[in-house]
Amino acid sequence: MSLDLFLLIAAALFSVGLYGALSQQSVVMIMMGLELMVNGVMLAGGAYWWFVAPASLDGQVLVLVALVVMAVEMAMGFAVTTAIFRARDVDLTDSAADLRG
Amino acid sequence: MTDGLALWGAVVLPFGLLLVATTAASLSAALGSAAAGRAVPVRTVLQPVQEAARLLVVRRRRTQHPDALLWRLGGGTLFVTAVLAAAVVPIGDAPVLRSEVGVVWFNAAETLLWAALWLTGWGGNSVAGLIGGYRFLAQALAYELPMMLALITAALGAGSLDVVQVAAAQEDLWFVVWMPVAFVVFLVAALALSFWGPFSQPAGSDAAGGVLAELSGVDRLVVLVGRYAWLAAAAGMSVPLFLGGGAGPLLPSWLWWLAKTLAVLAALVWVRWRWPVVRVDRFEEIAWVVLLPAIVVQALVVSLVVI
Amino acid sequence: MELVLAVAFGIVAVAAAVAVFVVDSMARATYALLVSFLAVAAELVLLGSAYLGVLTVLMMTVEMAVMGVFMIMYMMNPAGLMPMSMVHNKRGALSIAIGTFVVLGAGALLVPWPSRTGEPPAELTRALGFSLMGEHMLAMIVIGVALLATMISAVLLATDRGRYDRYGDELERDTPRDPVAGGVGR
Repeated sequence: MSLDLFLLIAAALFSVGLYGALSQQSVVMIMMGLELMVNGVMLAGGAYWWFVAPASLDGQVLVLVALVVMAVEMAMGFAVTTAIFRARDVDLTDSAADLRG
Repeated sequence: MTDGLALWGAVVLPFGLLLVATTAASLSAALGSAAAGRAVPVRTVLQPVQEAARLLVVRRRRTQHPDALLWRLGGGTLFVTAVLAAAVVPIGDAPVLRSEVGVVWFNAAETLLWAALWLTGWGGNSVAGLIGGYRFLAQALAYELPMMLALITAALGAGSLDVVQVAAAQEDLWFVVWMPVAFVVFLVAALALSFWGPFSQPAGSDAAGGVLAELSGVDRLVVLVGRYAWLAAAAGMSVPLFLGGGAGPLLPSWLWWLAKTLAVLAALVWVRWRWPVVRVDRFEEIAWVVLLPAIVVQALVVSLVVI
Repeated sequence: MELVLAVAFGIVAVAAAVAVFVVDSMARATYALLVSFLAVAAELVLLGSAYLGVLTVLMMTVEMAVMGVFMIMYMMNPAGLMPMSMVHNKRGALSIAIGTFVVLGAGALLVPWPSRTGEPPAELTRALGFSLMGEHMLAMIVIGVALLATMISAVLLATDRGRYDRYGDELERDTPRDPVAGGVGR
Protein backbone atom coordinates (compact mmCIF):
# COMPACT_ATOMS: atom_id res chain seq x y z
CA MET A 1 0.00 0.00 0.00
CA SER A 2 1.24 3.46 -0.79
CA LEU A 3 -0.03 7.00 -0.50
CA ASP A 4 -0.10 7.40 -4.32
CA LEU A 5 -2.65 4.62 -4.74
CA PHE A 6 -5.11 6.10 -2.23
CA LEU A 7 -4.70 9.62 -3.57
CA LEU A 8 -5.40 8.32 -7.07
CA ILE A 9 -8.62 6.65 -5.90
CA ALA A 10 -9.58 9.81 -4.03
CA ALA A 11 -8.90 11.92 -7.14
CA ALA A 12 -11.09 9.60 -9.20
CA LEU A 13 -13.94 9.84 -6.68
CA PHE A 14 -13.59 13.62 -6.53
CA SER A 15 -13.67 13.94 -10.33
CA VAL A 16 -16.69 11.69 -10.76
CA GLY A 17 -18.46 13.71 -8.10
CA LEU A 18 -17.46 16.95 -9.82
CA TYR A 19 -18.88 15.68 -13.09
CA GLY A 20 -22.16 14.88 -11.37
CA ALA A 21 -22.37 18.19 -9.55
CA LEU A 22 -21.75 20.12 -12.77
CA SER A 23 -23.88 18.15 -15.18
CA GLN A 24 -26.96 17.05 -13.25
CA GLN A 25 -30.11 19.13 -13.34
CA SER A 26 -31.93 17.74 -10.34
CA VAL A 27 -30.95 19.21 -6.97
CA VAL A 28 -30.92 15.77 -5.38
CA MET A 29 -28.52 14.41 -8.00
CA ILE A 30 -26.26 17.44 -7.60
CA MET A 31 -26.09 16.69 -3.90
CA MET A 32 -25.04 13.14 -4.66
CA GLY A 33 -22.19 14.59 -6.72
CA LEU A 34 -21.16 16.85 -3.86
CA GLU A 35 -21.23 13.92 -1.45
CA LEU A 36 -18.95 11.94 -3.75
CA MET A 37 -16.49 14.86 -3.77
CA VAL A 38 -16.44 14.96 0.03
CA ASN A 39 -16.07 11.17 -0.04
CA GLY A 40 -12.84 11.62 -1.99
CA VAL A 41 -11.66 14.26 0.48
CA MET A 42 -12.29 11.85 3.36
CA LEU A 43 -10.27 9.10 1.73
CA ALA A 44 -7.42 11.49 0.94
CA GLY A 45 -7.45 12.81 4.51
CA GLY A 46 -7.36 9.32 6.00
CA ALA A 47 -4.53 8.32 3.67
CA TYR A 48 -2.45 11.44 4.48
CA TRP A 49 -2.89 10.79 8.18
CA TRP A 50 -1.75 7.17 7.91
CA PHE A 51 1.15 7.64 5.50
CA VAL A 52 2.56 11.03 6.55
CA ALA A 53 1.81 11.97 10.16
CA PRO A 54 0.10 9.19 12.10
CA ALA A 55 1.44 10.49 15.42
CA SER A 56 -0.64 13.65 15.42
CA LEU A 57 -4.42 13.38 15.25
CA ASP A 58 -5.06 16.35 12.95
CA GLY A 59 -5.82 14.05 10.01
CA GLN A 60 -8.40 12.12 12.00
CA VAL A 61 -10.13 15.34 13.07
CA LEU A 62 -10.13 16.48 9.43
CA VAL A 63 -11.96 13.32 8.32
CA LEU A 64 -14.44 13.81 11.14
CA VAL A 65 -15.07 17.39 10.01
CA ALA A 66 -15.59 16.14 6.43
CA LEU A 67 -18.21 13.69 7.72
CA VAL A 68 -20.01 16.51 9.51
CA VAL A 69 -19.83 18.68 6.39
CA MET A 70 -21.57 15.90 4.51
CA ALA A 71 -24.36 15.65 7.09
CA VAL A 72 -24.86 19.42 7.13
CA GLU A 73 -24.83 19.61 3.35
CA MET A 74 -27.47 16.94 3.06
CA ALA A 75 -29.77 18.38 5.72
CA MET A 76 -29.64 21.89 4.28
CA GLY A 77 -29.85 20.63 0.70
CA PHE A 78 -33.04 18.71 1.36
CA ALA A 79 -34.51 21.56 3.37
CA VAL A 80 -33.95 23.97 0.47
CA THR A 81 -35.25 21.43 -2.04
CA THR A 82 -38.36 20.94 0.05
CA ALA A 83 -38.89 24.68 0.34
CA ILE A 84 -38.50 25.20 -3.43
CA PHE A 85 -40.68 22.21 -4.19
CA ARG A 86 -43.42 23.53 -1.92
CA ALA A 87 -43.27 26.99 -3.48
CA ARG A 88 -43.25 26.08 -7.17
CA ASP A 89 -43.28 22.31 -7.65
CA VAL A 90 -39.85 22.02 -9.25
CA ASP A 91 -36.69 20.17 -8.32
CA LEU A 92 -34.46 21.33 -11.18
CA THR A 93 -31.77 23.95 -10.73
CA ASP A 94 -32.51 25.40 -14.17
CA SER A 95 -36.01 26.37 -13.01
CA ALA A 96 -34.70 28.07 -9.89
CA ALA A 97 -32.28 30.51 -11.49
CA ASP A 98 -34.05 33.74 -10.44
CA LEU A 99 -30.98 35.13 -8.76
CA ARG A 100 -28.76 34.72 -11.81
CA GLY A 101 -26.99 38.05 -12.29
CA MET B 1 -8.47 -11.53 28.84
CA THR B 2 -8.46 -13.48 25.59
CA ASP B 3 -8.33 -12.00 22.15
CA GLY B 4 -10.85 -12.77 19.42
CA LEU B 5 -11.57 -16.40 18.66
CA ALA B 6 -9.67 -18.06 15.83
CA LEU B 7 -10.83 -18.29 12.23
CA TRP B 8 -13.04 -21.31 12.98
CA GLY B 9 -15.19 -19.00 15.07
CA ALA B 10 -16.13 -17.04 11.96
CA VAL B 11 -17.17 -20.29 10.25
CA VAL B 12 -19.21 -21.54 13.20
CA LEU B 13 -20.84 -18.20 14.06
CA PRO B 14 -23.52 -18.13 11.31
CA PHE B 15 -24.63 -21.65 12.22
CA GLY B 16 -24.70 -20.86 15.92
CA LEU B 17 -26.75 -17.77 15.22
CA LEU B 18 -29.07 -19.85 13.04
CA LEU B 19 -29.52 -22.32 15.88
CA VAL B 20 -30.42 -19.61 18.42
CA ALA B 21 -32.72 -17.99 15.86
CA THR B 22 -34.49 -21.31 15.25
CA THR B 23 -34.94 -21.70 19.00
CA ALA B 24 -36.62 -18.31 19.07
CA ALA B 25 -38.89 -19.30 16.17
CA SER B 26 -39.85 -22.57 17.90
CA LEU B 27 -40.63 -20.76 21.12
CA SER B 28 -42.70 -18.24 19.21
CA ALA B 29 -44.67 -21.03 17.54
CA ALA B 30 -45.35 -22.70 20.88
CA LEU B 31 -46.35 -19.45 22.60
CA GLY B 32 -48.53 -18.56 19.63
CA SER B 33 -50.45 -21.82 19.91
CA ALA B 34 -50.85 -21.32 23.63
CA ALA B 35 -52.04 -17.74 23.14
CA ALA B 36 -54.62 -18.93 20.63
CA GLY B 37 -55.92 -21.38 23.22
CA ARG B 38 -54.82 -24.47 21.30
CA ALA B 39 -53.08 -27.44 22.86
CA VAL B 40 -49.30 -27.30 22.48
CA PRO B 41 -48.01 -30.74 21.54
CA VAL B 42 -44.26 -31.26 21.49
CA ARG B 43 -44.16 -31.27 17.71
CA THR B 44 -45.12 -27.57 17.68
CA VAL B 45 -41.45 -26.71 18.22
CA LEU B 46 -40.70 -28.34 14.86
CA GLN B 47 -43.09 -25.97 13.08
CA PRO B 48 -40.40 -23.47 12.00
CA VAL B 49 -38.30 -26.28 10.52
CA GLN B 50 -41.30 -27.60 8.60
CA GLU B 51 -42.13 -24.11 7.41
CA ALA B 52 -38.53 -23.58 6.29
CA ALA B 53 -38.57 -26.84 4.36
CA ARG B 54 -41.85 -25.83 2.72
CA LEU B 55 -40.50 -22.43 1.73
CA LEU B 56 -37.41 -24.08 0.26
CA VAL B 57 -39.36 -26.21 -2.19
CA VAL B 58 -42.33 -23.97 -2.95
CA ARG B 59 -42.30 -22.08 -6.22
CA ARG B 60 -41.74 -18.32 -6.00
CA ARG B 61 -44.45 -15.86 -6.99
CA ARG B 62 -43.48 -13.24 -9.52
CA THR B 63 -44.42 -9.59 -9.56
CA GLN B 64 -44.45 -7.23 -12.52
CA HIS B 65 -41.16 -5.40 -13.14
CA PRO B 66 -39.50 -6.17 -9.83
CA ASP B 67 -36.06 -4.67 -9.19
CA ALA B 68 -34.73 -8.17 -8.53
CA LEU B 69 -31.16 -7.08 -7.80
CA LEU B 70 -32.10 -4.64 -5.05
CA TRP B 71 -34.81 -6.97 -3.74
CA ARG B 72 -32.46 -9.92 -3.20
CA LEU B 73 -29.73 -7.61 -1.93
CA GLY B 74 -32.06 -6.18 0.70
CA GLY B 75 -33.27 -9.58 1.87
CA GLY B 76 -29.79 -11.07 2.07
CA THR B 77 -28.38 -8.07 3.92
CA LEU B 78 -30.60 -8.85 6.92
CA PHE B 79 -28.90 -12.10 7.84
CA VAL B 80 -25.41 -10.94 6.83
CA THR B 81 -25.61 -7.87 9.06
CA ALA B 82 -26.99 -10.01 11.89
CA VAL B 83 -23.88 -12.19 11.64
CA LEU B 84 -21.65 -9.09 11.51
CA ALA B 85 -23.36 -7.69 14.61
CA ALA B 86 -23.07 -11.01 16.45
CA ALA B 87 -19.36 -11.14 15.58
CA VAL B 88 -18.48 -8.55 18.24
CA VAL B 89 -20.64 -10.16 20.95
CA PRO B 90 -18.39 -11.99 23.41
CA ILE B 91 -19.48 -15.65 23.61
CA GLY B 92 -18.54 -15.87 27.27
CA ASP B 93 -15.14 -14.18 27.29
CA ALA B 94 -14.13 -13.80 23.68
CA PRO B 95 -15.98 -12.54 20.62
CA VAL B 96 -15.27 -13.80 17.12
CA LEU B 97 -14.03 -10.33 16.22
CA ARG B 98 -12.37 -8.32 18.96
CA SER B 99 -12.55 -4.64 18.10
CA GLU B 100 -11.78 -1.56 20.14
CA VAL B 101 -14.91 0.02 18.62
CA GLY B 102 -17.19 -3.01 19.03
CA VAL B 103 -20.16 -1.01 20.32
CA VAL B 104 -20.09 1.33 17.32
CA TRP B 105 -19.59 -1.68 15.04
CA PHE B 106 -22.82 -3.24 16.36
CA ASN B 107 -24.61 0.06 15.80
CA ALA B 108 -23.26 0.38 12.26
CA ALA B 109 -24.38 -3.15 11.39
CA GLU B 110 -27.80 -2.26 12.73
CA THR B 111 -28.11 0.88 10.60
CA LEU B 112 -27.65 -1.29 7.50
CA LEU B 113 -31.12 -2.59 8.37
CA TRP B 114 -32.52 0.78 7.28
CA ALA B 115 -31.26 0.07 3.79
CA ALA B 116 -32.11 -3.65 3.88
CA LEU B 117 -35.74 -3.28 4.90
CA TRP B 118 -36.46 -0.39 2.56
CA LEU B 119 -34.91 -2.28 -0.36
CA THR B 120 -36.93 -5.36 0.52
CA GLY B 121 -40.07 -3.24 0.39
CA TRP B 122 -39.04 -1.38 -2.76
CA GLY B 123 -37.74 -4.30 -4.82
CA GLY B 124 -41.01 -6.14 -5.25
CA ASN B 125 -42.63 -3.21 -7.07
CA SER B 126 -45.77 -3.56 -4.99
CA VAL B 127 -47.71 -0.99 -2.97
CA ALA B 128 -47.94 -3.08 0.19
CA GLY B 129 -44.22 -3.77 0.21
CA LEU B 130 -43.33 -0.13 -0.33
CA ILE B 131 -45.65 0.96 2.48
CA GLY B 132 -43.92 -1.54 4.75
CA GLY B 133 -40.50 -0.22 3.73
CA TYR B 134 -41.46 3.38 4.45
CA ARG B 135 -43.00 2.34 7.76
CA PHE B 136 -39.75 0.71 8.77
CA LEU B 137 -37.80 3.87 7.91
CA ALA B 138 -40.15 5.90 10.09
CA GLN B 139 -39.81 3.38 12.89
CA ALA B 140 -36.04 3.38 12.53
CA LEU B 141 -36.04 7.16 12.78
CA ALA B 142 -37.81 6.74 16.12
CA TYR B 143 -35.79 3.97 17.76
CA GLU B 144 -32.33 4.78 16.38
CA LEU B 145 -31.36 7.72 18.61
CA PRO B 146 -32.62 6.21 21.89
CA MET B 147 -30.78 3.01 20.97
CA MET B 148 -27.54 4.85 20.18
CA LEU B 149 -27.74 6.61 23.53
CA ALA B 150 -28.44 3.31 25.31
CA LEU B 151 -25.32 1.80 23.72
CA ILE B 152 -23.32 4.90 24.60
CA THR B 153 -24.56 4.80 28.19
CA ALA B 154 -23.24 1.28 28.67
CA ALA B 155 -19.94 2.21 27.00
CA LEU B 156 -19.77 5.30 29.19
CA GLY B 157 -20.16 3.23 32.36
CA ALA B 158 -17.26 1.03 31.30
CA GLY B 159 -15.15 3.81 29.77
CA SER B 160 -14.58 1.76 26.65
CA LEU B 161 -16.18 1.00 23.28
CA ASP B 162 -14.78 -2.54 23.44
CA VAL B 163 -17.64 -4.93 24.23
CA VAL B 164 -15.29 -7.27 26.12
CA GLN B 165 -14.24 -4.44 28.41
CA VAL B 166 -17.86 -3.33 28.85
CA ALA B 167 -18.68 -6.85 30.07
CA ALA B 168 -15.56 -6.92 32.28
CA ALA B 169 -16.50 -3.60 33.90
CA GLN B 170 -19.60 -5.24 35.40
CA GLU B 171 -17.69 -7.61 37.67
CA ASP B 172 -19.00 -5.92 40.81
CA LEU B 173 -22.37 -4.64 39.69
CA TRP B 174 -24.37 -5.41 36.57
CA PHE B 175 -25.17 -2.33 34.51
CA VAL B 176 -28.85 -3.27 34.48
CA VAL B 177 -28.98 -2.38 38.19
CA TRP B 178 -27.92 1.24 37.81
CA MET B 179 -28.88 1.78 34.14
CA PRO B 180 -32.38 0.29 34.07
CA VAL B 181 -33.68 2.90 31.62
CA ALA B 182 -30.89 2.16 29.15
CA PHE B 183 -31.62 -1.56 29.41
CA VAL B 184 -35.34 -1.10 28.76
CA VAL B 185 -34.67 1.27 25.86
CA PHE B 186 -32.24 -1.23 24.37
CA LEU B 187 -34.84 -3.99 24.58
CA VAL B 188 -37.48 -1.74 22.99
CA ALA B 189 -35.02 -0.97 20.20
CA ALA B 190 -34.26 -4.69 19.84
CA LEU B 191 -37.96 -5.33 19.26
CA ALA B 192 -38.25 -2.38 16.90
CA LEU B 193 -35.19 -3.16 14.80
CA SER B 194 -36.39 -6.70 14.14
CA PHE B 195 -39.91 -5.29 13.49
CA TRP B 196 -41.19 -7.76 16.03
CA GLY B 197 -44.23 -7.90 18.29
CA PRO B 198 -45.51 -4.43 19.18
CA PHE B 199 -43.34 -2.93 16.46
CA SER B 200 -44.31 -5.28 13.66
CA GLN B 201 -46.31 -2.68 11.75
CA PRO B 202 -43.75 -2.58 8.88
CA ALA B 203 -44.88 -6.16 8.27
CA GLY B 204 -48.42 -5.48 9.48
CA SER B 205 -51.44 -7.37 8.24
CA ASP B 206 -53.20 -4.01 7.65
CA ALA B 207 -50.84 -3.55 4.69
CA ALA B 208 -51.18 -7.16 3.50
CA GLY B 209 -47.92 -8.12 5.19
CA GLY B 210 -45.93 -4.94 4.46
CA VAL B 211 -42.31 -5.70 3.59
CA LEU B 212 -43.15 -9.41 3.57
CA ALA B 213 -46.14 -8.99 1.26
CA GLU B 214 -44.65 -10.09 -2.03
CA LEU B 215 -41.93 -12.34 -0.65
CA SER B 216 -42.39 -16.02 -1.32
CA GLY B 217 -40.35 -19.20 -1.38
CA VAL B 218 -36.65 -18.90 -0.65
CA ASP B 219 -36.77 -15.09 -0.61
CA ARG B 220 -39.29 -15.15 2.22
CA LEU B 221 -37.26 -17.74 4.12
CA VAL B 222 -34.12 -15.60 3.86
CA VAL B 223 -35.87 -12.52 5.21
CA LEU B 224 -37.61 -14.39 8.04
CA VAL B 225 -34.33 -16.06 9.05
CA GLY B 226 -32.65 -12.65 9.02
CA ARG B 227 -35.37 -11.24 11.25
CA TYR B 228 -35.04 -14.00 13.85
CA ALA B 229 -31.24 -13.78 13.60
CA TRP B 230 -31.40 -10.06 14.43
CA LEU B 231 -33.67 -10.77 17.37
CA ALA B 232 -31.11 -13.31 18.58
CA ALA B 233 -28.13 -11.01 17.94
CA ALA B 234 -29.77 -8.13 19.83
CA ALA B 235 -30.60 -10.41 22.76
CA GLY B 236 -27.02 -11.70 22.71
CA MET B 237 -25.67 -8.15 22.72
CA SER B 238 -27.82 -7.10 25.69
CA VAL B 239 -26.02 -9.66 27.88
CA PRO B 240 -22.46 -8.21 27.70
CA LEU B 241 -23.87 -4.67 27.71
CA PHE B 242 -26.14 -4.87 30.75
CA LEU B 243 -26.25 -8.37 32.26
CA GLY B 244 -22.61 -8.95 33.18
CA GLY B 245 -21.64 -10.96 30.08
CA GLY B 246 -20.47 -14.47 30.99
CA ALA B 247 -20.19 -13.79 34.72
CA GLY B 248 -21.76 -16.40 36.99
CA PRO B 249 -20.85 -19.12 39.48
CA LEU B 250 -19.77 -22.70 38.71
CA LEU B 251 -20.71 -22.98 35.02
CA PRO B 252 -18.30 -21.93 32.24
CA SER B 253 -18.77 -18.38 31.02
CA TRP B 254 -20.07 -19.26 27.54
CA LEU B 255 -22.86 -21.31 29.11
CA TRP B 256 -23.83 -18.41 31.35
CA TRP B 257 -23.85 -16.11 28.35
CA LEU B 258 -26.06 -18.56 26.46
CA ALA B 259 -28.47 -18.96 29.39
CA LYS B 260 -28.87 -15.18 29.81
CA THR B 261 -29.25 -14.69 26.06
CA LEU B 262 -31.98 -17.30 25.85
CA ALA B 263 -33.76 -15.73 28.82
CA VAL B 264 -33.75 -12.28 27.16
CA LEU B 265 -34.78 -13.85 23.85
CA ALA B 266 -37.66 -15.68 25.53
CA ALA B 267 -38.85 -12.40 27.05
CA LEU B 268 -38.70 -10.68 23.65
CA VAL B 269 -40.64 -13.51 22.01
CA TRP B 270 -43.19 -13.56 24.84
CA VAL B 271 -43.88 -9.86 24.34
CA ARG B 272 -45.06 -10.57 20.80
CA TRP B 273 -48.03 -12.62 21.98
CA ARG B 274 -48.94 -10.34 24.85
CA TRP B 275 -48.74 -6.75 23.59
CA PRO B 276 -50.76 -5.05 20.88
CA VAL B 277 -49.07 -3.49 17.87
CA VAL B 278 -48.05 0.16 18.24
CA ARG B 279 -48.72 2.28 15.18
CA VAL B 280 -45.53 3.77 13.72
CA ASP B 281 -46.74 7.38 13.85
CA ARG B 282 -47.62 6.96 17.54
CA PHE B 283 -44.31 5.28 18.37
CA GLU B 284 -42.55 8.16 16.62
CA GLU B 285 -43.78 10.68 19.17
CA ILE B 286 -43.40 8.30 22.10
CA ALA B 287 -39.78 7.70 21.11
CA TRP B 288 -38.88 11.38 20.71
CA VAL B 289 -40.90 12.81 23.58
CA VAL B 290 -40.59 10.04 26.20
CA LEU B 291 -37.75 7.63 25.42
CA LEU B 292 -35.20 10.16 24.23
CA PRO B 293 -35.35 12.54 27.23
CA ALA B 294 -35.41 9.54 29.58
CA ILE B 295 -32.28 8.02 28.08
CA VAL B 296 -30.50 11.38 27.97
CA VAL B 297 -31.14 11.80 31.70
CA GLN B 298 -29.91 8.24 32.23
CA ALA B 299 -26.72 8.99 30.30
CA LEU B 300 -26.26 12.16 32.34
CA VAL B 301 -26.63 10.27 35.62
CA VAL B 302 -24.13 7.65 34.46
CA SER B 303 -21.60 10.25 33.36
CA LEU B 304 -21.91 12.05 36.71
CA VAL B 305 -21.31 8.75 38.53
CA VAL B 306 -18.32 7.96 36.31
CA ILE B 307 -16.77 11.36 36.93
CA MET C 1 -3.05 -9.02 0.86
CA GLU C 2 -3.69 -5.52 2.12
CA LEU C 3 -2.67 -4.11 -1.25
CA VAL C 4 -5.10 -6.41 -3.04
CA LEU C 5 -7.90 -5.37 -0.68
CA ALA C 6 -7.05 -1.69 -1.05
CA VAL C 7 -7.10 -1.89 -4.86
CA ALA C 8 -10.30 -3.96 -4.84
CA PHE C 9 -12.16 -1.56 -2.56
CA GLY C 10 -10.85 1.35 -4.59
CA ILE C 11 -12.20 -0.13 -7.81
CA VAL C 12 -15.54 -0.82 -6.13
CA ALA C 13 -15.71 2.73 -4.78
CA VAL C 14 -15.01 4.38 -8.14
CA ALA C 15 -17.18 1.95 -10.13
CA ALA C 16 -20.12 2.53 -7.78
CA ALA C 17 -19.52 6.29 -8.00
CA VAL C 18 -19.74 6.12 -11.81
CA ALA C 19 -22.84 3.94 -11.53
CA VAL C 20 -24.58 6.70 -9.55
CA PHE C 21 -24.78 8.85 -12.68
CA VAL C 22 -25.28 6.02 -15.16
CA VAL C 23 -28.21 3.98 -13.83
CA ASP C 24 -31.78 5.11 -14.51
CA SER C 25 -33.42 3.99 -11.29
CA MET C 26 -33.17 6.49 -8.45
CA ALA C 27 -33.19 3.70 -5.89
CA ARG C 28 -30.23 2.11 -7.62
CA ALA C 29 -28.40 5.45 -7.85
CA THR C 30 -28.85 6.08 -4.12
CA TYR C 31 -27.66 2.66 -3.11
CA ALA C 32 -24.78 2.74 -5.59
CA LEU C 33 -23.65 5.85 -3.73
CA LEU C 34 -23.97 3.91 -0.47
CA VAL C 35 -21.77 1.14 -1.90
CA SER C 36 -19.17 3.77 -2.78
CA PHE C 37 -19.25 5.07 0.80
CA LEU C 38 -19.00 1.57 2.26
CA ALA C 39 -15.96 0.86 0.09
CA VAL C 40 -14.29 4.07 1.29
CA ALA C 41 -15.16 3.11 4.87
CA ALA C 42 -13.40 -0.21 4.28
CA GLU C 43 -10.37 1.71 2.97
CA LEU C 44 -10.37 3.82 6.13
CA VAL C 45 -10.37 0.65 8.25
CA LEU C 46 -7.43 -0.62 6.16
CA LEU C 47 -5.71 2.70 6.89
CA GLY C 48 -5.87 2.01 10.60
CA SER C 49 -8.82 4.31 11.34
CA ALA C 50 -11.29 1.71 12.60
CA TYR C 51 -13.45 4.24 14.43
CA LEU C 52 -13.77 6.63 11.49
CA GLY C 53 -14.47 3.75 9.11
CA VAL C 54 -17.25 2.29 11.23
CA LEU C 55 -18.63 5.76 11.88
CA THR C 56 -18.74 6.37 8.11
CA VAL C 57 -20.76 3.18 7.63
CA LEU C 58 -23.16 4.24 10.38
CA MET C 59 -23.72 7.79 9.18
CA MET C 60 -23.78 7.14 5.47
CA THR C 61 -26.21 4.22 5.64
CA VAL C 62 -28.73 6.31 7.53
CA GLU C 63 -28.09 9.27 5.26
CA MET C 64 -28.58 7.24 2.09
CA ALA C 65 -31.73 5.57 3.42
CA VAL C 66 -33.21 9.01 4.07
CA MET C 67 -31.85 10.33 0.78
CA GLY C 68 -33.62 7.50 -1.05
CA VAL C 69 -36.93 8.75 0.34
CA PHE C 70 -36.31 12.28 -0.95
CA MET C 71 -35.12 10.98 -4.31
CA ILE C 72 -38.30 9.00 -4.83
CA MET C 73 -40.36 11.93 -3.56
CA TYR C 74 -38.96 14.63 -5.84
CA MET C 75 -37.67 12.97 -8.98
CA MET C 76 -39.73 12.24 -12.03
CA ASN C 77 -39.48 8.61 -13.06
CA PRO C 78 -38.03 7.31 -9.77
CA ALA C 79 -37.90 3.65 -10.70
CA GLY C 80 -36.18 4.31 -14.01
CA LEU C 81 -38.79 2.38 -15.96
CA MET C 82 -38.76 5.13 -18.60
CA PRO C 83 -35.11 6.07 -19.18
CA MET C 84 -34.60 9.81 -19.59
CA SER C 85 -31.68 12.19 -19.55
CA MET C 86 -31.56 14.85 -16.85
CA VAL C 87 -28.24 16.56 -17.54
CA HIS C 88 -27.09 19.87 -18.91
CA ASN C 89 -23.77 20.78 -20.49
CA LYS C 90 -22.63 17.18 -20.39
CA ARG C 91 -19.58 17.69 -22.56
CA GLY C 92 -18.28 20.67 -20.62
CA ALA C 93 -18.81 18.93 -17.29
CA LEU C 94 -17.08 15.81 -18.56
CA SER C 95 -14.04 17.71 -19.81
CA ILE C 96 -13.74 19.70 -16.57
CA ALA C 97 -14.01 16.47 -14.53
CA ILE C 98 -11.40 14.67 -16.63
CA GLY C 99 -9.13 17.70 -16.47
CA THR C 100 -9.47 17.77 -12.68
CA PHE C 101 -8.67 14.08 -12.48
CA VAL C 102 -5.56 14.48 -14.64
CA VAL C 103 -4.29 17.40 -12.54
CA LEU C 104 -5.04 15.72 -9.21
CA GLY C 105 -3.76 12.35 -10.37
CA ALA C 106 -0.54 13.85 -11.71
CA GLY C 107 -0.12 15.65 -8.40
CA ALA C 108 -0.67 12.42 -6.48
CA LEU C 109 1.91 10.56 -8.53
CA LEU C 110 4.53 13.25 -9.16
CA VAL C 111 4.76 15.24 -5.94
CA PRO C 112 7.46 13.81 -3.67
CA TRP C 113 5.34 13.20 -0.57
CA PRO C 114 7.14 13.38 2.78
CA SER C 115 7.94 10.04 4.34
CA ARG C 116 6.17 8.69 7.37
CA THR C 117 7.12 10.10 10.74
CA GLY C 118 5.96 8.73 14.05
CA GLU C 119 3.54 5.95 14.91
CA PRO C 120 -0.21 6.12 15.59
CA PRO C 121 -1.12 6.12 19.29
CA ALA C 122 -1.80 2.69 20.79
CA GLU C 123 -5.44 3.35 21.62
CA LEU C 124 -6.39 5.51 18.66
CA THR C 125 -10.09 5.96 19.44
CA ARG C 126 -9.37 7.03 23.02
CA ALA C 127 -6.63 9.37 21.82
CA LEU C 128 -9.01 10.88 19.24
CA GLY C 129 -11.60 11.45 21.92
CA PHE C 130 -9.10 13.14 24.21
CA SER C 131 -7.76 15.31 21.41
CA LEU C 132 -11.30 16.38 20.45
CA MET C 133 -11.92 17.34 24.06
CA GLY C 134 -8.46 18.88 24.38
CA GLU C 135 -6.29 20.43 21.70
CA HIS C 136 -8.99 20.18 19.02
CA MET C 137 -11.72 21.56 21.26
CA LEU C 138 -12.31 24.38 18.78
CA ALA C 139 -13.20 21.90 16.03
CA MET C 140 -15.61 20.15 18.38
CA ILE C 141 -17.28 23.41 19.37
CA VAL C 142 -17.65 24.48 15.74
CA ILE C 143 -19.09 21.08 14.79
CA GLY C 144 -21.58 21.22 17.64
CA VAL C 145 -22.79 24.75 16.88
CA ALA C 146 -22.91 24.06 13.14
CA LEU C 147 -25.02 20.95 13.65
CA LEU C 148 -27.41 22.77 15.98
CA ALA C 149 -27.77 25.64 13.52
CA THR C 150 -28.36 23.11 10.73
CA MET C 151 -31.07 21.31 12.65
CA ILE C 152 -32.94 24.51 13.42
CA SER C 153 -32.65 26.09 9.99
CA ALA C 154 -33.40 22.85 8.11
CA VAL C 155 -36.61 22.35 10.07
CA LEU C 156 -37.50 26.01 9.61
CA LEU C 157 -36.97 25.83 5.83
CA ALA C 158 -38.69 22.52 5.30
CA THR C 159 -41.84 23.00 7.33
CA ASP C 160 -44.75 25.13 6.15
CA ARG C 161 -46.65 25.06 9.43
CA GLY C 162 -45.98 27.42 12.30
CA ARG C 163 -47.52 27.70 15.72
CA TYR C 164 -50.47 29.75 14.40
CA ASP C 165 -51.37 26.85 12.13
CA ARG C 166 -51.18 24.46 15.02
CA TYR C 167 -52.78 26.48 17.83
CA GLY C 168 -55.07 28.84 15.88
CA ASP C 169 -54.76 32.52 15.03
CA GLU C 170 -55.03 33.61 18.66
CA LEU C 171 -53.08 30.60 19.89
CA GLU C 172 -56.34 29.69 21.56
CA ARG C 173 -56.29 25.89 21.25
CA ASP C 174 -55.03 23.81 24.15
CA THR C 175 -54.06 20.88 21.96
CA PRO C 176 -52.39 21.55 18.61
CA ARG C 177 -54.17 20.52 15.43
CA ASP C 178 -51.69 18.30 13.61
CA PRO C 179 -52.18 16.15 10.53
CA VAL C 180 -50.80 13.21 12.52
CA ALA C 181 -51.85 12.88 16.11
CA GLY C 182 -48.79 11.25 17.67
CA GLY C 183 -48.72 8.81 20.53
CA VAL C 184 -48.43 10.80 23.73
CA GLY C 185 -52.02 11.96 23.60
CA ARG C 186 -51.50 15.70 23.61
